[in-house]
Amino acid sequence: MAVIPFLIIFPLVISLIMYCTRVNKVRNLIAYISSVVIMASVLVLVVLWCKKGMEPITLYYETEVVDKVILLAEFLLMIIVTYLSFKYKRAWVSLLSICPTLLIAYYELFGPERQQFAGHIYIDHLSILMCIIVGLIGGLIVIYAVGYMHGYHHSPHHSNVEDRRYYFFSLLFIFLGAMFGFVLSENLLWIDFFWEMTSICSFLLIGYTREPEAIKNSFRALWMNLLGGCALAIAIVYFGTKLGCVDLHMLVSTAILGSKPASLAVSLIAIAALTKAAQLPFSTWLIGAMVAPTPSSALLHSATMVKAGIYILLRLAPAMSETQTGTMIALVGGFTFLLTSFMAIAQSDGKKVLAFSTISNLGLMVACAGVGTPETVWAAIFLMMFHAISKSLLFQDVGATENALGSRDVEDMHGLLYMLPKLAIFMFIGIAGMFLAPFGMLISKWAALKASVDERNIILVFFIIFGSATTSFYWTKWMGKIISHSHLNGRQIKDKTKKNEMISLTIHAVLMIALCALFPLLSEVFVNPLVNQMFGSSQNVLSDKILFTLIIIILVVFAVPFLAYQSGKHQTQELKLSYMNGVNTGDNRAFTDSFGEDKTLWLSNFYFHKIIGSRKLMFPSQILTLAVIIVMMCMIIGGALL
Amino acid sequence: MGKVSKSPWLLHYDGSSCNGCDIEVLACLTPVYDAERLGVMNTGDPMQADILVITGGINSQNQATVKQLYDQMADPKVVVAIGVCACTGGVFKECYNILGGVDTTIPVDVYVPGCAARPQAIIDGIIKGVEIYNERAAKLESKGGNQ
Amino acid sequence: MIKVILTICYILLAPLIGGLLDGLDRKISARMQRRVGPPLLQPFYDVSKLLRKKPTAVANSQNFLLISYMVLMILTGAFFFAGTDLLMCFFVMSTAATFLYFAGVVTSSPYASIGAQRELLAMMVYEPAVLFSCVGFYLATGSFNVSEIAMSNKSAIIYLPGFFVAFVFILTIKMRKSPFDLATSHHPNQEIVKGITTDIGTRNLAIFTITEWYENVFLMAVVGLFIANKNLISIIGAVIVILLVYFLEILIDNTSARVKWQTMLKTTWIVTILFAGVNLIILMIVK
Repeated sequence: MAVIPFLIIFPLVISLIMYCTRVNKVRNLIAYISSVVIMASVLVLVVLWCKKGMEPITLYYETEVVDKVILLAEFLLMIIVTYLSFKYKRAWVSLLSICPTLLIAYYELFGPERQQFAGHIYIDHLSILMCIIVGLIGGLIVIYAVGYMHGYHHSPHHSNVEDRRYYFFSLLFIFLGAMFGFVLSENLLWIDFFWEMTSICSFLLIGYTREPEAIKNSFRALWMNLLGGCALAIAIVYFGTKLGCVDLHMLVSTAILGSKPASLAVSLIAIAALTKAAQLPFSTWLIGAMVAPTPSSALLHSATMVKAGIYILLRLAPAMSETQTGTMIALVGGFTFLLTSFMAIAQSDGKKVLAFSTISNLGLMVACAGVGTPETVWAAIFLMMFHAISKSLLFQDVGATENALGSRDVEDMHGLLYMLPKLAIFMFIGIAGMFLAPFGMLISKWAALKASVDERNIILVFFIIFGSATTSFYWTKWMGKIISHSHLNGRQIKDKTKKNEMISLTIHAVLMIALCALFPLLSEVFVNPLVNQMFGSSQNVLSDKILFTLIIIILVVFAVPFLAYQSGKHQTQELKLSYMNGVNTGDNRAFTDSFGEDKTLWLSNFYFHKIIGSRKLMFPSQILTLAVIIVMMCMIIGGALL
Repeated sequence: MGKVSKSPWLLHYDGSSCNGCDIEVLACLTPVYDAERLGVMNTGDPMQADILVITGGINSQNQATVKQLYDQMADPKVVVAIGVCACTGGVFKECYNILGGVDTTIPVDVYVPGCAARPQAIIDGIIKGVEIYNERAAKLESKGGNQ
Repeated sequence: MIKVILTICYILLAPLIGGLLDGLDRKISARMQRRVGPPLLQPFYDVSKLLRKKPTAVANSQNFLLISYMVLMILTGAFFFAGTDLLMCFFVMSTAATFLYFAGVVTSSPYASIGAQRELLAMMVYEPAVLFSCVGFYLATGSFNVSEIAMSNKSAIIYLPGFFVAFVFILTIKMRKSPFDLATSHHPNQEIVKGITTDIGTRNLAIFTITEWYENVFLMAVVGLFIANKNLISIIGAVIVILLVYFLEILIDNTSARVKWQTMLKTTWIVTILFAGVNLIILMIVK
């Protein structure tokens, strides 16, 4: 199983090489090769693990040297944060890094004796799934980024941004390494280290352009994530000193048995996961992160990094079921799902819509994990898979569209199908995967609804029902924009999408469709065993009959428009001008006004930004969720200490 | 049903009339005359209409509009000119801006004279229009059959 | 076996029933306005006329989008009568509605676009009540399956009076009746012409109308599901309730003026939360 350290260390080495390589062509070549290597080694890992019967594997019991190296690296991270926060006159942020690092270091060096029950690395279905997501999507995004960053620095919109691609790519690779480390670690101290590493990577990537807004947003992301890191560190040290071990599975199993320190640690870690998954009240960092170049938005803030929060919550899910922590997490997640989907309606900036919908979907996953039953975990895992692929596809697509169109406003995508047909079709697939029946997200929403009814979780039922209505609203109106007849009257825009971007997009779209078509199989072969392993029992939330009926619907939904289109193509129908009270000037784009002059038409979607805009809703909902968290935490801490 | 169209849907357009005929057209839909018993519906949308009902004459400003509305209607279609202004230009005929009756712009099939035309006459005109509509529908169908 | 027969019956007979209901609607409306009104079979005359006209469109894609809308709507009802999952029926229905939205916006014409936007808004407004009803059925009978709900021991309405109110309330939106006919303005000559159907004529309009019939029959069947139970006599009760509800919709249609979307959103969600929500809470505590 040498492939595991390879997965973690190889990206780090590559990142170092990236940093030193200043010749673009050479660096691009290395980027291609190493992302392919990463994908291949993930494949090797999956194959090896399958060969061993898909059983959980623990590895690396004796790791004293590595522990020391990690501790040193942790200090290095602390120094970087401290330096940067002093440099940009936000010294207080450094405290959030210094305190937990010192705490962890003190515990590791002078704390009580720790017992090692398991290895430091743990491989099971969930970590394999995360590895596939990180490796596959991450690798594809790196390939995409090579083309995108070239276009980014050659476009007139970003002429004032210094070309530091070596730095950008080096960060992308560090991030990949950290993610692999995070999802494969069993030891909580390691998890903490990789956690901090992803936080700091995202901080540096958001601040890539060094513009004042970017710096402001990057620090917001930093302190929020570090705050989560603090909670994590406190949880680890508290649990470690009380029970004398720092294994993740030990934590979960003792918490299930009702150990008070373990439950308290679980709730602290859950809070940390909320910050990483950008749930309310910590959502603003993810919105601010959209100033970064698109590949980093896609990689960090949608497809993978925020999934780290979900990953850890899923790990804790058995321990959270029917506890106060679980209630708190489910409440916050459900509330976030509903409120941010409202805010997404009011956005017209494509990336902002994606950001809000990311938070919203993460909210649903968080809520599922918080309820913590086999059914909801099943739903959350499917949500995670669909979300990772379709969001990564959409982010990359919006980025490519922006490079060609010069705008990423949804309103400017009016008639995109006629201007940039390929990108529009990919966008369509991505959005369809996000909400349309019978695609994946819908199934997961369905399962979540069913499970929360079974759990008699009334509030969650409310959130899911209303949230699913609002979710379809903003997606459908975006889809409608794409297929509307163009304002530009059929004029094509030059598609500046590079070949490598196209490759990544195509693979994503194929994966998306494959996932939709294969998911009953996937549920049987992969997700059910996963849930089974976690809870010791599993049952299909949706019966096989339903799953197969859904496959029929998928076929119908694809086939009907296609057949209707094919059969209608040869039928002659007379084309008429669209109705404009008889004053259409002849091209459906303008009309004669009351002065006898031509007036061009401009159609826009509903946004209601004055009623449900994020400016109006964000602050109150932050306060509310913060209050919920504080009150619930007081109860949990009180319960644990008494 | 045969070839008898029982659902003539109207598009009512008001040219430069004095609104007298328009009120009479709308009167056809009221309970007293109830044109809907004959399947008549006032659609207000040329895409869905079969019979274009025009009141008032054509002036230089609305000529293009009338033409466009007529073009937007699907075949087969019929034009019924209601009132003397729509038929010939009426009392406005000599005005500087009036081009004359509706037939100066589009082919008119049924002329319903009167100032204002009475509802009975209008309904009668529409029924005449339906007959012409049926002839055209039959012709269109046989043409389609030949192809 | 009976499921198969029912499904085939739905596919074949729903347009007939839907058309007759539509004709009844126009007749009763006319009588309410002291008119004679059109013949009962008028909707069929209309559709046959539309099909005989020379096909026209504003954009070629309208046709295949509307056909998709129709096929998915038929599928919705077919799933319902085949006794499958109720939630799935409604999810397929929302996909169908999405295709209608596409057919509305694809032409980029002003009236159709604004109608489509309102249709989309209406979808958002009625969806919670629909989902609540599904949840209600599940709680009352322990199953999402239509066949099992229909064969339960007691009529679901005993447990679900609030859900029933909420569902009948959103029926007005779903059937595009005044005061919630914002999207299509089925009474002509109004502020958005024909709304989402403005640029839909001839063959396309016929498809749209037939789909509406399918949809209405499906919705009425859901109303009947509230009443139906193991006892076969309940079917008679269901039919009576369906006719009463249909009459109520006609009455509401004829006695109210169109409201703004804000009012629609507010009233519908308040009614949904107040009736379905409270009923849900009670049901969750009781069951």
